[in-house]
Amino acid sequence: MKLKTFPGGLHPPDNKEWSADKAIEDCPLPEELVIPMSQHIGAPAEPCVLVGQQVKKGEVIGQAKGFVSVPVHASTSGEVVAVEPRLHSSGRLLPAVVIRPDGEDAWVEGLAACDAMALTPDQIREKIRAAGIVGLGGATFPAHVKLSPPEGKIIDTLILNGVECEPYLTADHRLMLEETERLIDGVTILKRVLGVERAFIGIEANKPDAIEVVGRACAGRGIEVQGLKVKYPQGAEKQLILALTGREVPSGGLPMDVGVVVQNVGTAVAVSDAVRYGLPLIERIATVTGPGIAEAKNLRIRVGTSLSAMVDFCGGLQGDPAKIIMGGPMMGATQLSLDIPATRGTSGVLLFREGDLALVPEGPCIRCGRCVGVCPARILPTTIAAYARLDLINEAEEYNAMDCIECGCCTYTCPAAIPLVQVIRLAKGAILAKRRKV
Amino acid sequence: MIEAVLSIGGIGLLAAITLGVAARKFAVEVDPRELALLETLSGANCGACGYPGCSAYARAVAEGKAEPSLCTPGGQSTLEKIAHIMGVAAVGTSPQVAVVLCQGDNARAQAKYRYLGAIDCVAAQRIADGPKLCPGGCLGLGTCARVCPFGAIEMTAEGLAVISREKCTGCRKCVGACPRQVIAMTPLDATVHVLCNSHDKGAAVRKYCQVGCIACMICKKTVPEAYVIEDFLAKVVYDHYQESGAAVEKCPTRCIRDFVEGYPEGSRFAPPVVPVKRQGAV
Repeated sequence: MKLKTFPGGLHPPDNKEWSADKAIEDCPLPEELVIPMSQHIGAPAEPCVLVGQQVKKGEVIGQAKGFVSVPVHASTSGEVVAVEPRLHSSGRLLPAVVIRPDGEDAWVEGLAACDAMALTPDQIREKIRAAGIVGLGGATFPAHVKLSPPEGKIIDTLILNGVECEPYLTADHRLMLEETERLIDGVTILKRVLGVERAFIGIEANKPDAIEVVGRACAGRGIEVQGLKVKYPQGAEKQLILALTGREVPSGGLPMDVGVVVQNVGTAVAVSDAVRYGLPLIERIATVTGPGIAEAKNLRIRVGTSLSAMVDFCGGLQGDPAKIIMGGPMMGATQLSLDIPATRGTSGVLLFREGDLALVPEGPCIRCGRCVGVCPARILPTTIAAYARLDLINEAEEYNAMDCIECGCCTYTCPAAIPLVQVIRLAKGAILAKRRKV
Repeated sequence: MIEAVLSIGGIGLLAAITLGVAARKFAVEVDPRELALLETLSGANCGACGYPGCSAYARAVAEGKAEPSLCTPGGQSTLEKIAHIMGVAAVGTSPQVAVVLCQGDNARAQAKYRYLGAIDCVAAQRIADGPKLCPGGCLGLGTCARVCPFGAIEMTAEGLAVISREKCTGCRKCVGACPRQVIAMTPLDATVHVLCNSHDKGAAVRKYCQVGCIACMICKKTVPEAYVIEDFLAKVVYDHYQESGAAVEKCPTRCIRDFVEGYPEGSRFAPPVVPVKRQGAV
């Protein structure tokens, strides 16, 4: 059978073999948890605890501000030792609550199990929001917002994203293998919230074991597991929808415009925990890998664990790290140091030494068109970047700069090493600023 | 033959009459002063006046909606001509120049991280608030130099923007382009400036920059009326710029510079001669 996919894209070496066979291990609690208030897209949460206060695991320590926002919870029980700006994965100092664990790891009272299927969709949405669930694929968009389509938008398909097309990362892969039942339970709950009959789990063909295990478990439960061609960015939302349903999200539109909601497989597991047992999102699976680490591992980490604690648990560094990336190598963000806390969106930590990096100075565009060929959004990266550099924002907008999904294919393939995504991102920022002004 | 001449001639005549009538009937009245003003302005369309080009400014002045003194690139001579056309007194503001308030180039100020991205300050500033440890210093990627319509900004080899006091016309384009607000407008005659833009405390500044202001107050003690310290950063009180030179030698980090003694290190500009003569826009 021909595997489904999308036009464009490319094949970076996936390097998943380092951690793909490693079972998930629990990363021990560090001496200090730094829990940022900004762990999601939207308004940051507002700290609601005081220094010196004792908190329990799962207690709300940051209140959501507005609809596109979620509360933040304590990842363990202990004492609040600081509420102050701390270095965040964005490279800025942002408000965080610092907790010194008391070692008891005691849950907050009042968390009760319930029969998920007896709840109304609105009650389920509220439980998902209160649990602070965000898209765990890395974009960290609040899940309840995606699950609340506005009046008039009819959703008929739910897609679970188990593609994990970023090289190196194996967190979702391990989660699908080890948490299969919770995953399927989460999908069943999500189907109920949206009132849809059709649900897909999309998995890239380089994870045949996951396709088999999840496929077997899904048999007869109204969930279809679909193998997808190995190609980056197969896991990008719009590309995944196109591959699975043949529907193209219109320019400037959202998946809901074509009747689809996409959630990451990790999000579904978190939804199951939240709705069945009332558990907030305080931990996640992350892959620590790369040539700069002693032993690559898949870890279950508490939100707020520093990257250095994760590295220590993986046997420490191998050589001097020259580049630390949070997330995948294509779309992840380079970090200033290892003293940065992992958040709900930390799908992985990659460590590279000086010799592992290709540091090529930028050259002139030779008009080879490779970026155009690989662009999954079917736009012209080189043209938009050229306009952006000349500050011709209207022209960049005309060439659909806003449709760029920032997947990094153009930058990866550019023989002149032009930082195309960075420049296009600049244009996108300018276009948004212009639209706000008008 | 004769038919051809007559028909073509007839069409020509008809068109001439139509155009002639239309020109009278639909004539747009233009204030003759507007045309005269447009002649006077430099034509650089730099936008310093706040209007989208010289013609828009000329119209605004002719309609009495704009002050005659807004064309900073034109300087005193343009102001006088505009005032003459409009029949008003030539009252202008004192000429201003842009100054980069930083000397912390790559040799003197420490980097936060190694930046390998697009050569553009705005792009770099978006990544963890810029590749310099100093939150206010010049990033040295030349965004200001690229927007300057007068070629008045040079980038030194070590990555510092330096603005020529002769070539700068005070149009403010660079001020708007800089993502770190390190460029300030100052009186042309004031040549002494505190070249630092970090509001961090002295101890922090010392850690990342050899030539930053540490707010030690020595300049203020030397010439009390010519300096203020605000939020851990010294500034020249430009109303008293004549006296400010006395503190230049006293500054322990040498972040106060008198441009008459030379531009910041690495610049190829020759020191300005006082009083500075503008080269003008045209």
